[in-house]
Amino acid sequence: MKIRLLVLILVVAIGAVACSRRQPPVIAPAPAPAPPQAAATTPPPPPAPTRVEDALPVPSEPLGEDAIGNRTLDDLNRESPFKPVFFGEDSAELDDGGRSVVVENAGLLKKNSTWVVTVEGHCDERGTAEYNLALGERRAVAVKTYLVSLGVAPDRIRTVSYGKEFPFDTGHDEKAWTSNRRAQFVITAK
Amino acid sequence: MCKENARRALGVVAALLCAGVFAVSAQDQTPAPATQQPSEVAVVISGDPGTPPRYAVPDFIAATPDAADVAKTLGQVLWDDLSFEREFYLIPRDTYTTVPVARTAQQIPFDAWRELGADGVVFGTVQKTGTTVRIEVRLYNVRTRQQVFAKEYTGTDGNPRLYAHTIADEVHQQQRALRGVARTKLAFSSDRNRERIVGSVQDRDVKEIYIADYDGANSRRITTNRALNLTPVWSPDARGIAYTSYRRGYPDLFIAMIYQGVQQEPTKGGTQNWLPMFSPDGTRIVFTSSRDGNPDLYIINRDGSGLRRLTNHPAIDTSPTWSPTGTQIAFTSDRAGQPQIYIVGADGLNLRRLTTAESYADRPTWSPAPFNEIAFAARTGPGYDVKVYDLATGVTRQITFGEGSNESPAYAPNGRHLAFTSTRSGRTQIHTIGRDGRGAKQITRDGNNYTPAWSN
Repeated sequence: MKIRLLVLILVVAIGAVACSRRQPPVIAPAPAPAPPQAAATTPPPPPAPTRVEDALPVPSEPLGEDAIGNRTLDDLNRESPFKPVFFGEDSAELDDGGRSVVVENAGLLKKNSTWVVTVEGHCDERGTAEYNLALGERRAVAVKTYLVSLGVAPDRIRTVSYGKEFPFDTGHDEKAWTSNRRAQFVITAK
Repeated sequence: MCKENARRALGVVAALLCAGVFAVSAQDQTPAPATQQPSEVAVVISGDPGTPPRYAVPDFIAATPDAADVAKTLGQVLWDDLSFEREFYLIPRDTYTTVPVARTAQQIPFDAWRELGADGVVFGTVQKTGTTVRIEVRLYNVRTRQQVFAKEYTGTDGNPRLYAHTIADEVHQQQRALRGVARTKLAFSSDRNRERIVGSVQDRDVKEIYIADYDGANSRRITTNRALNLTPVWSPDARGIAYTSYRRGYPDLFIAMIYQGVQQEPTKGGTQNWLPMFSPDGTRIVFTSSRDGNPDLYIINRDGSGLRRLTNHPAIDTSPTWSPTGTQIAFTSDRAGQPQIYIVGADGLNLRRLTTAESYADRPTWSPAPFNEIAFAARTGPGYDVKVYDLATGVTRQITFGEGSNESPAYAPNGRHLAFTSTRSGRTQIHTIGRDGRGAKQITRDGNNYTPAWSN
């Protein structure tokens, strides 16, 4: 309750700040320079000074909440009943080892029939940031497709790719890369 | 609802106030000193044959004591801005000690500047009244002692650098017929706030969207949702930033109208959309989506209407960029095995492969006219380097050379520079570099910073 109140106060306060900082940003366009005049007999009137104004960005969204709810789910995920599925370099193919992990995880999902999971696709740092977002998506989808083929209902499995944004191992060697090329199961409802 | 009305009312009041101030200042202005009109032939300052003109930019003169800080900032920033395009050689400011300080334009010691090798010298004054500054700047041809540029500026003292940027852009325009980039901005994704996503499996870094001036100054946070926010791109009018956000738990597209505090969601209700890029006219967005099960390219109108699938291939199609005319789109596909750059018509026809000599190529970015080239990141060892493919000749040239890993190139609006991500300084930072590979400059220093975009 206290926390909610705090969040509410914070949101209102930020709204107020956003309002008070709200100024129409005006950058006066610089007038075109006067054409050069050859030896005028009367001096031309001086040009008006150019107004220079700085435009300030205004936040377009309320401040996000700290993720402090979902404690029990987090505890569950920290114990991690699901094993991660690992992939080869630049590959979204499930190998024999990967398939057996997915079979194991499918068994857990069948045993806990109310659980909903998100399969996160992750990549090592050797690919580019942009391409890895797609590669991670392919890895997550490959796992979901196999889970569904094993009889898990598709609406219990969400997928998300984090590319190389969230490495499991922050090292820069083969060992780190191997453990970062993964599909990770996170329980999102139980 | 009430808040929204209040906001609107505030906006109107502020607009009226602003209009009032503008009208008053326009009426009250004191006449500027009569300026010598340059003749047409004398306007452009030239250097010695075959060399760029040599400019000197001493500190501006503070006409009132409290303008000293602004005066100092203006001189330094203008020097930096005028160096950036490399159209002029800027004489280092620490060598000016031999030149007597001129308090008025009449006192400018042309002989001393000539001795220092200057072809052009800037003379500027700053007057401060309350929070209002009035800046006068002149550029002189040292040889002829003629004034070739003179202008006055006024506004608040909130951001003195903007006056220097404005002067630099106008001098580049007048002296070199060049569109400078001193008033442009960079948008990028950053973990500098050091917040963490507390939660599942492991704590993870928050990345928010930030903007900064082209030189890295005046950085400001744009998003505040404490999630993963990636790959910002500017709308052509530089008032909106489209980006990929995971605030709903999956990647989706958002547009922050940064000066209005308004957020738009062109793909709302969809799922798994990322890497947006505005069409050159700002009306459409091309992006990657796996809404049909596999990463392919889609085009949507900015208002969320008119969704259309551009590519349909079982391989990955991603990282789209528009041609300056809006008729073609370059993108990355691994349909031949490894990621390579392809071009397709905006109608989905005439697909062709561009890169053939690279083992891995991604993040194509199409240069603005008059250049006709596509920059991309290519694997060159353990990491990446920025390369540029010239569409007219089919020749690829390399811009960076193995100093760290260099990714995510983005063109400046005049096509003469690229911003990119590099690990050369240890952490991941935004750097800029000339399109000839010269003049590399580190822009960000706080936290890690990724995927730059350069505003118009």
